[in-house]
Amino acid sequence: MTSLDGYPPSLEKILREFSQITDRYERAELLISYAGQFKGVPDEIASRPYPEEHRVPYCESEAYVWAVLQPDRTLKLYFAVENPQGVSAMAMAAILDRTLSGLPPERIAAVSPEIVLKIFGQDISMGKGQGLMGMVSMVQKIARQLSTVQPLQRGQYLAGGDYL
Amino acid sequence: MSELSARGYANPDVLTSTDWVAEHLNDPSIRIIESNEDPLLYGTGHIPGAVEVDWVRDLNDPLRRDYLDRAGFEALMSRIGVTPEMTVVFYGDKNNWWATYAFWVFQLFGHTKAKIMDGGRLKWEKEGRPMTREIPSYPPTRYIAQERDDRRIRAFRDQVLEHVQAGLPLVDVRSPAEYTGERLHMEQYPNEGALRGGHIPGAKNVPWATAINPEDGTFKPAAELRAIYQEEQGLKPDDDVIVYCRIGERSSHTWFVLKYLLGFENVRNYDGSWTEWGNLVGVPIER
Repeated sequence: MTSLDGYPPSLEKILREFSQITDRYERAELLISYAGQFKGVPDEIASRPYPEEHRVPYCESEAYVWAVLQPDRTLKLYFAVENPQGVSAMAMAAILDRTLSGLPPERIAAVSPEIVLKIFGQDISMGKGQGLMGMVSMVQKIARQLSTVQPLQRGQYLAGGDYL
Repeated sequence: MSELSARGYANPDVLTSTDWVAEHLNDPSIRIIESNEDPLLYGTGHIPGAVEVDWVRDLNDPLRRDYLDRAGFEALMSRIGVTPEMTVVFYGDKNNWWATYAFWVFQLFGHTKAKIMDGGRLKWEKEGRPMTREIPSYPPTRYIAQERDDRRIRAFRDQVLEHVQAGLPLVDVRSPAEYTGERLHMEQYPNEGALRGGHIPGAKNVPWATAINPEDGTFKPAAELRAIYQEEQGLKPDDDVIVYCRIGERSSHTWFVLKYLLGFENVRNYDGSWTEWGNLVGVPIER
């Protein structure tokens, strides 16, 4: 499966897992299990109403993304999904956090939104696919912004201009 | 008189209550079908015994922009264990938006023993009724379908153009911002490829969810629906009406309201909708 080479190892592992699934219910079960691992952004990072600049465009589940640059120059990703029935968005957020948090921003910025199709399958609707790809694009965008930022002494910087 | 009958709909039998569904969970002549926007929602819990019909994977042709054909419909019905004699009851998320879409596709094949559960998933959940994650399995059936008949309830672009030129009524069920061309798509939804914004000339703008009570997803009573579509917009039950939205899903909801709840005889859904009309070369557009 050379097509999956080059992804961060933890993401590659999950993509391989999904690449072996052909049954729709099996795929749904796996995605739902990831959605169950979703944890919303903690209050110390962001509180409602969440700022629009963190909102994922085109996501009908009203998802938001934050990233915090750690002292070791890796990122910790945070997500909010405001639609309680936004199971797909929650699954995507959990997978992105699980596989990309802890990586340097340059590495995260290189992850293509195309992973959505590898995870959810090629037959995902255009609307749903673009919303989920929007989450990855937002993560990419924030990672690019933070790739040029040095950690502060206290060690944290929030994308969007908010310092901790 | 049941609560649904008291609402004054032209065809009240096309709706069921959550009570009725709860009483028929084990009725072998009934197949409950969930259709959602989010394909994962069914797997998180659904009405016991309900099967899933996904609008992308089950109802659309995987290659062409079209619906499944007769063989595909027969295979679908076999897979979900439905015979021509059985009644299918649709429900789903987003005020039954996708449930009415599935209902509409089923009508292309003439499966008229079909109902919508009023209030959909929202009402069922709010009432604290049972949900399960167990995927039911039914013996495959042998279902012989009629050929798909697009003539009565589906409109194509050339027919829409003739309709416009004849000055006949259209209903654009998108948001006002989409209708005016301020947006090319629903807020927070992606732009699915329309090059021009605006609406089909002459179309009246009645957003689809106008027909719904937002607190529980139920349809408004007939008198309120008549006030919206007939008194405010001037539509008449004997009009030849075409409804449209972006890809024909939201408008299937309004199609259902006009045809069954208000008893309009001739209502067609233009599923090409704005993603086709907004890209067509040379067709008239209003803003």
